[in-house]
Amino acid sequence: MSEVSLVVNGRKVSGAVEDRTLLVHFLREHLGLTGTHVGCDTSQCGACVVHVDGKAMKSCSMLAVQASGSTVTTIEGLANGADLHPVQAAFKEHHGLQCGFCTPGMIMTATDMIRRHPEGLDEATVRAELEGNICRCTGYHNIVKAILAASKTMSKASKSKAKKAA
Amino acid sequence: MYSVNYHRATSVADAAKKIKSGDAKYLAGGMTLIPAMKTRLAAPSDLVDLNHIADLKGIKVSGKNVTIGAATTHFDVANDEKLKKVCPALSHLASHIGDPAVRHRGTIGGSVANNDPAADYPSALLALGATIVTNKRQIAADKFFKGLFETALKDDEIVTAVTFTAPARSGYAKFPNPASRYAMTGVFVTKGKDGVRAAVTGAGDDGVFRSKEIEAALTRKFEASALEGVTVPSGSLMGDIHATPEYRANLVVVMAKRAVMAANA
Repeated sequence: MSEVSLVVNGRKVSGAVEDRTLLVHFLREHLGLTGTHVGCDTSQCGACVVHVDGKAMKSCSMLAVQASGSTVTTIEGLANGADLHPVQAAFKEHHGLQCGFCTPGMIMTATDMIRRHPEGLDEATVRAELEGNICRCTGYHNIVKAILAASKTMSKASKSKAKKAA
Repeated sequence: MYSVNYHRATSVADAAKKIKSGDAKYLAGGMTLIPAMKTRLAAPSDLVDLNHIADLKGIKVSGKNVTIGAATTHFDVANDEKLKKVCPALSHLASHIGDPAVRHRGTIGGSVANNDPAADYPSALLALGATIVTNKRQIAADKFFKGLFETALKDDEIVTAVTFTAPARSGYAKFPNPASRYAMTGVFVTKGKDGVRAAVTGAGDDGVFRSKEIEAALTRKFEASALEGVTVPSGSLMGDIHATPEYRANLVVVMAKRAVMAANA
């Protein structure tokens, strides 16, 4: 057993876990944050993607103890109260889901992708960057549309913020 | 996953001390080891985490000399501006390992120490004539990769960095398995002051190897056209549900052509 302590969605949390506990199980079973899903369990499907210290990672492929001391954001931590995050809003607007199982991982991957491409995204880049996220319903079309739309919204928002600051 | 004891190393010396407990294994990015433990293909009693050792991280480029710390992630190798200038083929290779989330965690040291026969980095280090630096010695890539998941590393030895001199030209091309995205065949070619080297991953039945047929053809002329009609023997190539040895032999030539085109672009 090890004592782990980390910041999850802005909240300090700690607990005693078996060393073999995966981060995803710590989030789901110890913290009750069941938005992060376990899909394939072989690190291919991406339903378990969360941000660890600001970077997208597969929480089924790391131990909770490895993440001790880190800052983690899950799908539950994206919205600002009742206001959806722009990526969540775009998935809703463009119907970027059907059954919804892959959606948390898709959205966490998408927000990371948009952060890494402040210059904007094109369709080919979005499709290539979605390599580690599998959706068995949508054929990806609306997911790609939603990510492109969110990328536009977010770059506009950051530009107008920069303008205001200037 | 079987029960395991986790230890976080604070320095290379600390890690070398902690590895002595039970049947311990070093844990780098864990992108292979953790999934292998989940399926119980690996069952170490203890894990010694190398991710929090600052000395093992980062990329140094001085002229043509490159040093990459063992705990440097694929993402950082793919995006380092200085490295992209002196050896864009290696950054390109790193940018196509796994997926973005895997590249954020997986490390070059972990990849070469694991020596998966379908991993990308071993072909690059062999073709670059790189040196693998450990906490005990320096090992030439030619002597480091010994076979399937086999390296020259002793049980308690830690890869601390890889170093190489960037060649004038280098290129990498792989044919990824459509499902796993691992290289079914990947070829890394270089042309430096010591001549041409071509290393093949994903195809050999004993892991990464240099192809003397490809090297001979490209030594005559470092262009894709030099590989027209060249054949590679299939006797020591892998055959599985995805591809026969003969199919892989053909892929070696095709990937070598693409790699040379990338190197000359």
